[in-house]
Amino acid sequence: MPFTILKKRELVPTIHQVDVAAPRVAEKAMPGQFVILRIDECGERIPLTIADFDAADGTVTLIFQEIGKTTRQLASLGAGDSIADLAGPLGCASSIERFGTVVCVGGGVGIAPIFPIARGLMEAGNKVISIIGARSADILFWEERMEEASSELYVTTDDGTKGHHGFVTDIVQKVIESGEQVDRVIAIGPPVMMRAVAGVTKPFGVKTVVSLNPIMVDGTGMCGACRVLVGGVTKFACVDGPEFDAHEVDFTLLMSRLAMYLPEEKEALDYEAAAEPAV
Amino acid sequence: MKMKTESKPEKRPEMAKQSPSERRSNFEEVALGYNSYEAVAEAKRCLNCKKPPCIEGCPVGVDIPRFIRQIAEEDFDSAALTLKSTNSLPAICGRVCPQETQCEAVCVLGKGGKGDPIAIGGLERFVADYELESGVTAPDLPAPTGRSVAVVGAGPAGLTAAAELAKMGHAVTVFESLHAAGGVLVYGIPEFRLPKSIVAAEVDFIRRLGVDMRMNAVIGKIGTVDELLSRYDAVFLGTGAGLPSFLGIDGENLNGVYSANEFLTRVNLMKAYLFPEFDTPVKKGRRTIVVGGGNVAMDAARCALRLGAGEVTIVYRRGEDELPARAEEVLNAKEEGIIFRLLTNPIRILGDENNWVTGMECINMELCEPDESGRCRPVPVPDTEHTIPADVVVIAIGTSPNPLVSMTTPDLETGRYGTIVADETGATSKPGVFAGGDIVTGSATVISAMGAGKVAAKAIDEYVRGAVRL
Repeated sequence: MPFTILKKRELVPTIHQVDVAAPRVAEKAMPGQFVILRIDECGERIPLTIADFDAADGTVTLIFQEIGKTTRQLASLGAGDSIADLAGPLGCASSIERFGTVVCVGGGVGIAPIFPIARGLMEAGNKVISIIGARSADILFWEERMEEASSELYVTTDDGTKGHHGFVTDIVQKVIESGEQVDRVIAIGPPVMMRAVAGVTKPFGVKTVVSLNPIMVDGTGMCGACRVLVGGVTKFACVDGPEFDAHEVDFTLLMSRLAMYLPEEKEALDYEAAAEPAV
Repeated sequence: MKMKTESKPEKRPEMAKQSPSERRSNFEEVALGYNSYEAVAEAKRCLNCKKPPCIEGCPVGVDIPRFIRQIAEEDFDSAALTLKSTNSLPAICGRVCPQETQCEAVCVLGKGGKGDPIAIGGLERFVADYELESGVTAPDLPAPTGRSVAVVGAGPAGLTAAAELAKMGHAVTVFESLHAAGGVLVYGIPEFRLPKSIVAAEVDFIRRLGVDMRMNAVIGKIGTVDELLSRYDAVFLGTGAGLPSFLGIDGENLNGVYSANEFLTRVNLMKAYLFPEFDTPVKKGRRTIVVGGGNVAMDAARCALRLGAGEVTIVYRRGEDELPARAEEVLNAKEEGIIFRLLTNPIRILGDENNWVTGMECINMELCEPDESGRCRPVPVPDTEHTIPADVVVIAIGTSPNPLVSMTTPDLETGRYGTIVADETGATSKPGVFAGGDIVTGSATVISAMGAGKVAAKAIDEYVRGAVRL
């Protein structure tokens, strides 16, 4: 049975939000989990972390950036359209406990999945210091929602068009050095950002968790496409993760595996472009 | 009228196949099936034994002499009914069952090496294909019993259990984690051995028995077995052995190294061989190495060849006689030009500075004297290390049970390798929960999983009829 898109909007250029009717997934979803979707019969199965869920409305909110063929196709859909398949909630939920003070870091499209985690941590009675960052102010989204889900919110942009001119790591370092007793850091964003956050927190011995986004196929532990190396041990991000101890993750391997199909991604886009009727 | 004096020919007709040179570059079916003339002639060779050993050789107990007699009488419709009354997936079984070690192995015609056993698999396929072409009629179903059963996993075990239970009048709902029903039949076995349209047609037959199939439903995530038990009278677990094993050697996470599950899922379920028309890519190596000697290894090697690899090598640590794959599949692979490096074991996978696989370092093996278990243990031959170049490596050394269900069902007894413990009826340690197929036995065959599904359906029937509803 197909899954209907109830709402669709472009939050900022190339980053889109879709609310999909998926009552069973919405009922079970927890912060940190993801879904695998396939748009149509010819489609690829891609994982997207759940950005929000509403059990009462029976909806799941997904946020994605247009990168390859599938995300571009998804961006072209609107309210009333449907996607063929949506399986979830998959992966282990984020650990939501009363840790004390937690720093939540969201970079780029990673702001979306950090949101339900920050909200959950707030509800669990933590002091949540959130740091969200983007390349530039015009592609920064959900600042208000993050404000509501945090005790304190910092904004950074690489080009200085909003908030702190620089990287999220600058603020992570500042917060830790300010003498604030940080009990836990959770960071979601591009692998380079997650690696940088891990690098900042490691000397301070602050427990740091990252949510990994390797290539997946089934998302249920069946194929092993999402192999990641954590503490020298191979793990499947889909069932063992997606969250792992940032200080143990081999980010170099993650990044090289993420680049595995770059030539094919280009080929798929070229094929798509060639198939489009000339205007 | 039968001419009783006619002596029976000793040879079976050889099934037409695509020629090796042709088929090694397409994904169309290799074996083309018997035509009706060949099928009838072959059926006439059957001795119609009074005590047919073939039925006992069949894990689901198909009345083989009966359907063969009906073929001989050219009554293909009745033959189809006979088959379907005991086997809901005959077009699949006719293609992928290892008949040579089951029903055909005990055929009297083949005894003493005098002649060929009846081509039971070929005839089963003939009848099933005939029925699919001429239009399948769903059987009359008994009145609903008012009992309901949840089946977890739409693979061979689950589909068989679902079909049997539906035929008994129970309301059956199947929960499948992938987007298509069939399990290993759709993600694992390639199109050229088992066309996906055949699987879809047989699954459709089960739907027409009234079975509700829910795709994208990952039990263990979207709901637990306990939740199912609160809504259904019984639960059957046929979740299979879906967790891929790796060798545990250096270089296994290099780009270009796949588990057989991933490689085959990309190619078969996701149709990567049709990329970019279909969106899922797979690396088309120039030189592909497949590690392992089972049917899955043969499938992966033959897929790699069809994707365009110039050189495909099977690396297996034991010898020719120990290859676990069906002889027919080994022969097909050899005919297509797959290179077999037997008595060869991988030591490590080699890569370049960009994390891409470049080859595999191996060592020669020799089989020592059989140990107490009777199996010859392969041991490395010193100083025989060598490197085989490759840009794609597929690890096809087996799978273990998927733990998603057992992890979320604490009172379900599990075995040493993560299997679910079940008795000979399929009953598990948890009341109302039954299991069968690879999740109980570890990796085995399609037909043995179907047999387990069928046995469990009988036990579930008894259980739900006897169960006192609260």
